[in-house]
Amino acid sequence: MKTSPGKIHFRRNTQNIPARIPGAVQSATKRFLALRDAAVNEYGAEHWQELRQIGHDLRLHTLEHLDTYLEVLEKNVESAGGQVQWARTAEEARNIVREIAQRRNVRRVVKAKSMATEEIGLNKDLQSAGISVLETDLGEFIVQLAGDSPSHITGPALHLRKEDIAELFHARLGVVAPPDAEQLSRIAAARLRHEFLVADMGISGGNFLVADTGTLVLVTNEGNGRMCATLPPVYVAVVGIEKIIPDWQSLAVMLTLLPRNATGQKMTAYISLIGGVNAASTEDGATEFHLVLLDNGRSEILRHRILRETLLCIRCGACLNICPVYNNVGGHVYGWVYSGPIGAILTPQLLGLRKAGELPFASTLCGACNDICPVKIPITEILLCLRQRALESATGAIGSQQTMLRLGAQATALALASSRLYGWGAQALRVIQLPFLRNGWLPRLPPPLNRWTNSRPLPAFRTDFRKWWRHRNHGSSKTWRTRARSIVNKADQAASALRAWYRRRT
Amino acid sequence: MTIRVQLFNTCLGENFYPGVLRDMVAVLERLGVECRMPEGQTCCGQPFYNSGLQQCARPPARHWLRVFGGTDGYIVAPSASCVGFVRRRYEGLFPEGSPEHTAVQEAAARTYEFTEFLTRVLQVTEVGAWFPHRVTYHTSCHLLREFGLRNEPKQLLRGVGGLELVPLTDEETCCGFGGSFSVIFPEVSKQIMEKKIQAIDNSGAEVVVAAETGCLMNIHGGLHKAQAPVRAMHLIQVLAQEDRGQRQGNGGR
Repeated sequence: MKTSPGKIHFRRNTQNIPARIPGAVQSATKRFLALRDAAVNEYGAEHWQELRQIGHDLRLHTLEHLDTYLEVLEKNVESAGGQVQWARTAEEARNIVREIAQRRNVRRVVKAKSMATEEIGLNKDLQSAGISVLETDLGEFIVQLAGDSPSHITGPALHLRKEDIAELFHARLGVVAPPDAEQLSRIAAARLRHEFLVADMGISGGNFLVADTGTLVLVTNEGNGRMCATLPPVYVAVVGIEKIIPDWQSLAVMLTLLPRNATGQKMTAYISLIGGVNAASTEDGATEFHLVLLDNGRSEILRHRILRETLLCIRCGACLNICPVYNNVGGHVYGWVYSGPIGAILTPQLLGLRKAGELPFASTLCGACNDICPVKIPITEILLCLRQRALESATGAIGSQQTMLRLGAQATALALASSRLYGWGAQALRVIQLPFLRNGWLPRLPPPLNRWTNSRPLPAFRTDFRKWWRHRNHGSSKTWRTRARSIVNKADQAASALRAWYRRRT
Repeated sequence: MTIRVQLFNTCLGENFYPGVLRDMVAVLERLGVECRMPEGQTCCGQPFYNSGLQQCARPPARHWLRVFGGTDGYIVAPSASCVGFVRRRYEGLFPEGSPEHTAVQEAAARTYEFTEFLTRVLQVTEVGAWFPHRVTYHTSCHLLREFGLRNEPKQLLRGVGGLELVPLTDEETCCGFGGSFSVIFPEVSKQIMEKKIQAIDNSGAEVVVAAETGCLMNIHGGLHKAQAPVRAMHLIQVLAQEDRGQRQGNGGR
């Protein structure tokens, strides 16, 4: 629900994470991953890799011809009775949806899960126009009830435990709720059924748009998406322009990849294919369908050869599930609607590096996300590219010390290009470390190195390998040092001989 | 024909784990490889590149090329991340068609990570080591995901006499080091590291082995801080352990 957040302070956010979060997150992601692995193995690991490549190629092909496919889509949606609206910005998208609602005197909206509407902050906007908005996806319903925001792309309430949800239902809905998933969802469903029937408008996002037939595809497990699309008289879908795919063959590939990679399902419980409106108002279903195509910075991302692959994303959430960082911090610390590795690359491109410049650094570059991505987004490459932009743009992306850091790095880089300076530096560190040395460890170092030693000691600096090497190959390699040493030795021998001679004489 | 290896020390190896480098020489020589150490080597420049300062990686890269470019034989390092950086990124740092670009391609193509060199070039899985301890193995991200070395390090460990290899929970999960990540976000790095330490402690192993000095530094320090009774060793250090007579009466390896 955050429309336009201020600067995102990832590090600061990670410093006050509620203690229950990592455990709650890990138990959910572990389950997702185990199911996903089983599904991939069943499909056949080798075939799966081929399918990922096909998925990647067809998504990239579509992005490279986005203008053509969007025009085909528009024509086909309109000939099926839908209306297509283009929104360049988040504000334009909000205005379009609000105006539709106001024109139709909408009082109550039911919503299916949608990242795009989170991105544009739609709920808040509609609510301030006096329209009530109810999230009907179970996770979103819980999050809305808690006044919270989603923390995972496919599991919005994944940061909450069953016990937390039961307590929330008791406090906000006044029902005695046991901490049991089955019963909690039954309580929510009973509440929601009535709301679907009285709502004036349904809103959803969209998983895919099939250009060839103008079909909107919703992939859900609760059936709430289908209810939002068909029960109220007006239906609006807000979908990012990158969600388009060419045809039904492409859809078959995507529907094989998405559910397996997200939750290990061969197919979700509901896959709704929405192809226009009902011609006769006597039939059930919406009589007015608006497709709002959202740009909001996406066409800008398309311009860059590497960065554009961010838009291949089909929002399966697997990169969050496997990410060691996400698993220990949860989704909220990423400061906006997208979290985990995809958030770390998408948010800075949608909000700008001035606001989200810390996010591309929030990765160990372990690469697990690249390997699990169903459409092979080169996430590490994109992170590196954004890191470079963040530091080069001098926006203070990673804090006020950025200029100092850059100058320091440039000086160090030059020193590392000189074997002599490197050698001196290594020797100097060996001496400088002495006051901090405890049994071969450096347990406490002054800032900024305490950022390392606060968590674990640093092993002592040692530079004895080259000495060992020279000693062992003594004679074969005569450096100035060995030469100097042999001169000293010779002088020493001469002095002893002289002393001996002198003693003998006296 | 004698196989020759140019030792690519790496800055972490040289400044924190000289013992690993000495053992690398010992293992390679035991396998009949002739070792050389190009004088004047420094750091490959990876820390800059990965921190978004890609321009700063160029001077160290150029220096690396000066040091290793004119050598012969293989170039071998005890670290997959440094080798990965040289092999995958160096050519992109110099304009195509420039002499440096060509030279770096030549040198990078004969640069190997130690485990990779042993198992793929020398095709060795047994080096005649003896280490009668319970050992668990932490997979480093670069070794696994950049080089696809999932089983090879374990094969080498299984080839060590007396060694018992026990599984590590989430062995393929990052240890939280991540280079500059560990100092930009120390709190998160710590949390990831502590989970790894916990898993190592629970494995029941006496020794945890990693084949990467970066991970080793993080895990080694973490174990020390937690006062866990587990030793951290580089794979090379285990492979360098020789039979010192303990084998007698044990009926061989």
